[in-house]
Amino acid sequence: MADVPIDIAYISRLARISLTGEESSRFSAQFARLFDFIRELQALDVSGVHATAQVIPLSNVMREDELKPCLTQDEALANAPAREGPFFKAPRILE
Amino acid sequence: METGHEIREAIARRDRSAEEVTRAALDAIGRVEPSLRAYITLLPERALAKAREVDAKIAKGEPVGKLAGVPTAVKDLFCLKDALTTCGSKILANFKPPFSSTVVERLDSADAVIVGKTNMDEFAMGSSCENSAFFPTRNPYDLEGVPGGSSGGSASTVGARSVPLAVGTDTGGSIREPASFCNIVGVKPTYGRVSRYGMIAFASSLDQAGPMTADVRDAADLLGAIAGFDPMDSTSVDVPVPDYGVGLRDDLKGVRIGIVRDFEDSIAVDPKMAKLYKDAYEDLRKLGATFVDVTLPHAKYGLATYYLIAPAECSSNLARYDGTRYGVRVDGDADVYAMFDKTRTAGFGDEVKRRIVLGTYALCSGYYDAYYVRAQKVRTLMKHDFDTAFAACDVIACPAVSCPPFELGAKSDPVAMYLMDYFTIPMSLAGIPAMSVPGGFVDGLPVGLQICAPAFEEARMLAVAHAYEQATRHAAKLQPVVS
Repeated sequence: MADVPIDIAYISRLARISLTGEESSRFSAQFARLFDFIRELQALDVSGVHATAQVIPLSNVMREDELKPCLTQDEALANAPAREGPFFKAPRILE
Repeated sequence: METGHEIREAIARRDRSAEEVTRAALDAIGRVEPSLRAYITLLPERALAKAREVDAKIAKGEPVGKLAGVPTAVKDLFCLKDALTTCGSKILANFKPPFSSTVVERLDSADAVIVGKTNMDEFAMGSSCENSAFFPTRNPYDLEGVPGGSSGGSASTVGARSVPLAVGTDTGGSIREPASFCNIVGVKPTYGRVSRYGMIAFASSLDQAGPMTADVRDAADLLGAIAGFDPMDSTSVDVPVPDYGVGLRDDLKGVRIGIVRDFEDSIAVDPKMAKLYKDAYEDLRKLGATFVDVTLPHAKYGLATYYLIAPAECSSNLARYDGTRYGVRVDGDADVYAMFDKTRTAGFGDEVKRRIVLGTYALCSGYYDAYYVRAQKVRTLMKHDFDTAFAACDVIACPAVSCPPFELGAKSDPVAMYLMDYFTIPMSLAGIPAMSVPGGFVDGLPVGLQICAPAFEEARMLAVAHAYEQATRHAAKLQPVVS
């Protein structure tokens, strides 16, 4: 099996997901198989080719800065796991 | 149940009321739902209220929308105001959006009757509907088989003939593959054709909503109802939406169909599949089409390209699920990062975690150019392949899938599952419209033929699919095993 260049512990920490040891080793083996395909891209000559981020010929879509109907504060907060008055409530981030 | 256009006409003639039709659809769903489990949420009260509204308009002689009274299912990633919208995930198991997606609003204004929200692979990541966090959905033609995915619930309920119309979404094949598996028509429109506003995002440069229907005319009508510019989606394109129903054809005289030579080796692996597609091309020829050989030399890099770009976009899009503003929160002893971590670890399933990790990696500093940017460049080459091919032909005909529906649990290896999208990914990366239309049967199970067209030429694609459908009428040859 080809080696996978992914440090899964580091990457999953960046993604804020905790993987068990079993998940990490299983994902590693699966990524190794996927990288057999991905490595084929490295063989292609892409010099001078521009990168396509999106396929449609649109850029800098702007509109007038007008007030439009929007959610009320209560609607916007309706799904909050925790709220306090007009705010989303989350654990303290500053001491 | 009949097609959507037959129902609409019967209601307009007052042969049947929208309420009768809706009750019949809800009954049909109720009969098969214990076997299929196509829906995460049924909306019988909303459906009956809408049906009565349509009946009242007709009684008063008021004009009605073009889908008036037609029972319609919606994949559970379209926000529907105040109704559970889970995206097939535990992390959104309690989410009731405070607004509706543009697709839902357009269905409402076309007077379609939305009957429920359909099951799907979690965050639309999967090709079998087995990645739903809640339960798998079954194939109406083989209860041991998967309905395909990720729009598996939508495909299953239309395939079972419970409702004639459903909306799905397609990122790498999630409309076309389940349509193929469930003996129905599935259309992935041009990227930018249908608004993504209120559609829960997976890979934003690829996601596109589209019809999953009993026949091509229904797909044309449904696409006409949901397509069109929306100022709420900055990637929605402001080009006119033709009346797709008007352009449907019964022959293919003068139509140049491209056959993709690069796909022949891949499909030849399975002689039964190869024969099915050979027969399908022959049927197209009999309708008067001429054939042109085309090549898509970079299509074989589709899987690698897609599995860098889509996970990268997914890792970015799914960063919003952190337990703060909506969805399920798991508290982390008053520590905000522990809360994020516990929420996401408990809330996401296996496949979603896999793709977030892969995508986070592809976007990491140090690897970004080697993987993500390189994949975007190959995407450019793939788009050029299609531009060159369409200079020589009007549409492309090719396989939609490499196999008929497989059994639940048969593809436990994720890479084997990813390969299911081999024939559908290149069109997604190029952003062009592509559809699956019933193409026959292998081992007694349905298989779709894929038709693709240049960007914004859905009318041409639908016209070809209609001629093929009318000449072959494959869908009618097989009845669901439940009804």
